[in-house]
Amino acid sequence: MQKLEDVVILMKNINYIIGSNNIETSALEPFSDCVCDFLAELSSDLMKSTVIRQYPDLSAIAFWARTANIKKMKENYIQNNRIGRGLCFHIAPSNIPINAIFSYIFSLLAGNANIVRLSSKDFPQVNIISNLIKEILVKYPDIEARTAFIKYERDDEISAYFSQCSDCRMIWGGDKTISIFKKYETKPRCVDITFPDRYSVCIINANAILNTTDDKLIRLAENFYNDTYLMDQNACSSPQLIYWLNDNKEARTKFWNFVMTYANQKYILQDAIAVDKYTKMCEDSILYDNLGEITIDTNLLYRAEIKKLNENIANLRGKGGYFYEYSLKETREFYNIVDEKYQTITYYGIDPEIIKEDIKRYHLKGIDRIVPIGQAMNIDIVWDGHNLINELSREISIQ
Amino acid sequence: MKLEEFNQLEQFKINKNEKNKILLENLIELTQIHFENCQSYKKILEKLNTDITKIKDIKDIPYIPVRLFKDFELKSVPDSNIVKTMTSSGTTGQKVSKIYLDKINTLNQTKVLASIITSIIGKQRLPLLLLDTEMVKKDRSMFSARGAGIIGFSVFGKNTTYALTDNMQIDFEKVEKFIQDHKNETILMFGYTYVIWQFIVKELEKNNKKFNFDNIILFHTGGWKKIKAEAVDAIEYNKRVQGVLGNVKVYNYYGMVEQLGSIFVECEYGHMHCSNHSDIIIRNSKDFSSVEMGKKGLIQLLSVLPTSYPGHSILTEDEGVILGEDDCPCGRKGKYFKILGRIKNAEIRGCSDTYEKH
Repeated sequence: MQKLEDVVILMKNINYIIGSNNIETSALEPFSDCVCDFLAELSSDLMKSTVIRQYPDLSAIAFWARTANIKKMKENYIQNNRIGRGLCFHIAPSNIPINAIFSYIFSLLAGNANIVRLSSKDFPQVNIISNLIKEILVKYPDIEARTAFIKYERDDEISAYFSQCSDCRMIWGGDKTISIFKKYETKPRCVDITFPDRYSVCIINANAILNTTDDKLIRLAENFYNDTYLMDQNACSSPQLIYWLNDNKEARTKFWNFVMTYANQKYILQDAIAVDKYTKMCEDSILYDNLGEITIDTNLLYRAEIKKLNENIANLRGKGGYFYEYSLKETREFYNIVDEKYQTITYYGIDPEIIKEDIKRYHLKGIDRIVPIGQAMNIDIVWDGHNLINELSREISIQ
Repeated sequence: MKLEEFNQLEQFKINKNEKNKILLENLIELTQIHFENCQSYKKILEKLNTDITKIKDIKDIPYIPVRLFKDFELKSVPDSNIVKTMTSSGTTGQKVSKIYLDKINTLNQTKVLASIITSIIGKQRLPLLLLDTEMVKKDRSMFSARGAGIIGFSVFGKNTTYALTDNMQIDFEKVEKFIQDHKNETILMFGYTYVIWQFIVKELEKNNKKFNFDNIILFHTGGWKKIKAEAVDAIEYNKRVQGVLGNVKVYNYYGMVEQLGSIFVECEYGHMHCSNHSDIIIRNSKDFSSVEMGKKGLIQLLSVLPTSYPGHSILTEDEGVILGEDDCPCGRKGKYFKILGRIKNAEIRGCSDTYEKH
């Protein structure tokens, strides 16, 4: 163990946004009343505030934590034999900053005390919600005592110290961050939930595009935009590759035209992203002979056709409106390249049940989520293949 | 007109129609050469569906992003012909551009640089004071842009002297002696914008010292990023340089390791000038269409010099604006422009902001 004076020196380099180093680490029951009330208040305060119009990710939090949703989850969750694990240490991601808050909320619902390490980059929406949480917590001393939001520059000693104290860890930030945090010693019973680099795809049934109304396509384009452009395709759950079933040129043109029209109104193309996309196109041309034609519609949309399916395809990552496309003869054509990296399938015009059954039948190692286009980013208590409430709490058996 | 013939023409004297014709012819030829000899370049042009035979305007010359030189070894000559590999001077951990030069390419760079510089300083060699340390040219196996600039510039001088010691301290004794030795002569100086600022200007000001040179022509390059952070602009910079050195004519120039030789020199009116051998196009980031004079956008640079690597047309990550063509009050022909700085959020390039404290 570290000597006390060492710890004191360490702590000087930590900026406590909420809470202090004197944190209560005892666990609560999942969905305890005070936590549910706290979330209800957080949600309603956010809903009332004007800032959420500016930050869609804050409105996502407000919507998710609304009373009705929490109540529904709690009802689905009638178990009186669980309790939180104790102290949870969260290492938040910088690609999707708001996930720090979701991570905190899930662990809180599971009954844990929480130290949340926020990204050292400054994100206005995280600042706004942190301030709000701090304000509300005053009324909830049990949660306040169990909450710390912290920032520190990358520091092995500090990270090792918190890892050593934790009963569970939520490690976001991809493969690199995970490998760093796995090196620190933890309690033997510490449960780690890691969120490694993942890969997501979209499947569209071209027939369904041709057989639907323009009104519905406008909505579909908006949903697709929210899954992709909204966060510059930075999220693991954001599709990189579009699989076309019953492929048809007219359907593709139609779909992309609707997406372009919507993106044209909404998307602010940064100069750097425009250069990044063009650079990516050049890199792809040099590196992947497996790519066919690359279609460029202004700098808003790049589409690269994949000639043949192979394992390398998961390495093809676009951003800011850069997609890969492939024409599928049948759904199961791509199953043999599915590995544990595959996370989300967003779909349009297909039956998700079939894929779910296929995952079992073909013993696939990947695909954790199958959701309609528009829900790629909808994070929930079941995420990345984990039931977070269950894994962040422990079950007491009696006989 | 072939390059050898083109090289005979006096810099900044040809008008736009004539220049466009010569440039276009040479740039098309270069595009073809690189297409045939650089596999990676060929693959890009194929994906872009570029038909070289249909290029009718300089704007149609395909451009590749400057960052590619960091991630790929782009060359259009066999390895055995390569005599020098230039690198940009990135800081530790940063990727650097690698530029592969053969004999001809190197020679043309030297010639063109000379024609641009001598158009300002005249043909005679001048006593040269390098505002840097000799250390930067010690490692000759891998040329960094900073070392190469120093060596490249040395050909315009005689009695070359380095003003800084190995520890980046001003060598007062040496500089004073240099002044004594060259009384009543025009002195040539060269250095990097930031190095001059940090280790000469601020250092002298701090110690309340100055040198009294009678007549200096100073060339500097390397970028303004760090200096801008101190809220110092070119006017302020020049004033403060004059304050510590004496009577100085200051010429800033813009050049990239990807297109050494065909540099862009800032004239007495603060305008960056394309030489005979180079051109600039400003593109908007929305669709990369070229924008009209006076509108800002991404800078694309063209040069007829790169023969051993496909760097004759590159899209930079800098923003700029074209101010005019053939009508600068300084009398130089060609397009003249202003650089507005690096685009936001892009990968940080450290072409020659080279001095980092470790």
